[in-house]
Amino acid sequence: MSKTMLEVKGLTTKYVTRFHEDVYAVDHVSLKIEQGKSLGIAGESGCGKSTLALSLMGYYFPPLHYMSGDIIVDGKNISGMDPDDVRKNVLGTEIAYIPQAAMNALNPTRKIHKFIEDVILAHDPKANKKDIYEMAKGRFAELGLPLEALDKHAVELSGGMKQRVVIAISTILKPKVLIADEPSSALDVTSQKMVIKMLRDMMDRGFIQAMIFITHELPLLYNVTDDIMVMYAGQIVERGSAKQMVFDPVHPYSRGLMNSILVPEEGTRDVKLTAIPGTPPNLKRPPAGCRFAERCRYAQPACRYNQMPIIDFEDGRTYRCGISVPELREIYRKEDEANAAQPTEAPTDGPVRLTKGV
Amino acid sequence: MSETKAIRRDLTNAPSCLKGEGVTRYFHTGKITTKAVDHVDFDFHEGELVSIVGESGSGKTTLSKMLLGLLKETDGKIYFQGKPRDISSRAKLKEYWSGIQAIFQDPFSSFNTFNKIDTVLLDCINMRGGKHLPMEKKTEMMTEACSFVNLKFAELTNKYPFELSGGQMQRLMIARIFLLKPKILLADEPTSMIDACSRATILDMLLQLRDEIGMTVIFITHDIGLAYYISDSIYIMEHGKFVESGPADEVILNPQAPYTKRLISDVPKIHEPWDLSTVG
Repeated sequence: MSKTMLEVKGLTTKYVTRFHEDVYAVDHVSLKIEQGKSLGIAGESGCGKSTLALSLMGYYFPPLHYMSGDIIVDGKNISGMDPDDVRKNVLGTEIAYIPQAAMNALNPTRKIHKFIEDVILAHDPKANKKDIYEMAKGRFAELGLPLEALDKHAVELSGGMKQRVVIAISTILKPKVLIADEPSSALDVTSQKMVIKMLRDMMDRGFIQAMIFITHELPLLYNVTDDIMVMYAGQIVERGSAKQMVFDPVHPYSRGLMNSILVPEEGTRDVKLTAIPGTPPNLKRPPAGCRFAERCRYAQPACRYNQMPIIDFEDGRTYRCGISVPELREIYRKEDEANAAQPTEAPTDGPVRLTKGV
Repeated sequence: MSETKAIRRDLTNAPSCLKGEGVTRYFHTGKITTKAVDHVDFDFHEGELVSIVGESGSGKTTLSKMLLGLLKETDGKIYFQGKPRDISSRAKLKEYWSGIQAIFQDPFSSFNTFNKIDTVLLDCINMRGGKHLPMEKKTEMMTEACSFVNLKFAELTNKYPFELSGGQMQRLMIARIFLLKPKILLADEPTSMIDACSRATILDMLLQLRDEIGMTVIFITHDIGLAYYISDSIYIMEHGKFVESGPADEVILNPQAPYTKRLISDVPKIHEPWDLSTVG
C-alpha cells in the first residue's frame, strides 16, 4: 500500500458574483492520489477544472471563497489556511502550480536564474545566491535543459523552452504535488511532447511525488496520466483508470467526451463523431436533480428531480448517474451495434447526405 | 443528438475551383527576407473538403490571406474557377468576396462590436442582392439561417455580439455563411478555441452546410486528427512549402515525407503507443 500524497474530502468552493450570487464551481469534490501516480482531469470549458486547481492550492482571493472540505497534502491539512500563509508554507514546497499561459509569467527584464532566486528566497531568506545558482544549474542539467538558458532573458527562449523553464522553476523545491493546468495547450505538437517528456522525467526522478494534469485533450490525458477524472458542472461524474475511461466509459457524459476524440489513426473515420447538444447548466441556479439530465439522451424523468450521489461500482471506479452500470453498458452495446450496421461508404448517386440522428 | 459521419469522396475529376501556381509571399524586414509562402502549387476542386495542416509559423495564415485577397502575392498566379483571379479594384475584390468567405479562429474578434446581430445578418442578405426584399422576407431568411445553426433569431435580435458566448458566436459565423452561400469557404482554425464537445457540433454544421450549398471548404488547422477525420484531401505545409499532399487516407496512414511522419508521431494517440523518446 503506497502512501497517499493528496487527499481531498468534500471540497466545496464558490465564486461570489458582483450581484452577490453564489456560484458553486467546485461542489463536494473528493479525490485521492497516491505517491508516484498522476490524475488527469477532463471536462468542457467552464466545468470547474481550473477552479478546482486553484482551490486545491489554497488560492482563495475574491471572488473565489472556500466553503468546506479538507485538503490533505502528505498528512498535512492545508484547507482554510490564510492565503498569505499558503504562499509562504505551501506553494512551492507542498504544491506547485503551472497555469496555462505560464510562459507569459516571466518578467521580460529579468534573467531566468533570478526567478529561481525569488522562489528559494521566499522560503529561505538566508540562502546564499551562489549556492542557489549552482543548485539551479544542477537541476537544469538533470532535466536536460540548456544551462545557457539560466543567463538568458525570457524573450530569447522559444515558447516550448519557456514553458519547460517555468516548470523547472516551479518545481525547484521538489513539491509533493504538481498541478499542471493545460501546460501544453498553447504549444505545437513537438514542444508539447517535450513538455510531457519532462513531466514524466520529473515523476521518475522523484522531483514531484504526484501530479494532477488538467486538459480537455483526451488523447493526451490517456498517454500521460494513470487515472482520468471527468468533471461536469462542478462535480465529478466519473473516475477510473485511463484505459477504462477511454475504452469503457460508463457515464453518458464521459461517453460523449470519449466519442469526440479525433486521432490520426486508422479507423478514426469509421467512427461517428457525436456532439452533445445544449450547454452546461447555469451554476447560479443548478438543476435540482442530475446536472447532466437536460443534455442526456438516456435521462429518465426521475433523473431531473433526484440528487445523484457518487457511487463506487468497481475497484477504484466511481460514477454519478441514476441508471445502473449494467443497464448503461447494455444501451451502449446496442448503440454501437446499430452504428456498425450503417454503411460507411458514400452512395454512388445523388448528393451525399449526412446521417442525422434524433 | 446530432451525429456526424465524414464520408470520403474522390473529387479529383471535379472542375477546379481555386488553383494556384507558384504562389509566393516574402516579407522583408530590413535586410532579412522571410519566405512565408514559397512557390506553392495547389488545385482545389469543386465540392472538395481540403485541409492545410502545419505547425505554427509554417505559413498557413499567410496563404489563407492571399487566397482571400487580403494580401498581395509576391509571385505566382491564382485561378478562380478556371480564370485568372482579378482583384485589381475595390469593386472587383467585393465581387470576388461574394464567391469566397471565411470563418476565423477567434469568434470574439470577428464581429464589429458596434453592430447589432441583425445588422450583421442583414449585410449578408444585401450582399447577395436581397436589398430590395421586404423586411418580412428578410426576417424569414435570417430566422432560417439561425435555426440552421440551432440558434433562435427571436432571442438574438436587438442583441450585440459580445452578449453571446464563444460557441454561439462561432455558430453565428456559420449562419452568415449559410446566407451568403459562397463558392468557397475558408475556415481558419474554426474549432481551436472551443473544446472537444462543441467541436463536434461546429464540424457537423460545416459538413451539413457543405452538402447544402455544395461549396468547397478549405480547412486550415494544426490538428492533424481533425484534418484526417473530415477532409477529402490534405496538404501538409512546412516552412512555407507543401511537403506532401494527396487524399487524406494516403497522407495520414502512409506518410512519405519525413516531416509528415514526425508530425503524426508527435500527436498523442489512443490505439498506438506514444513514443516519447523521439524528442530531445
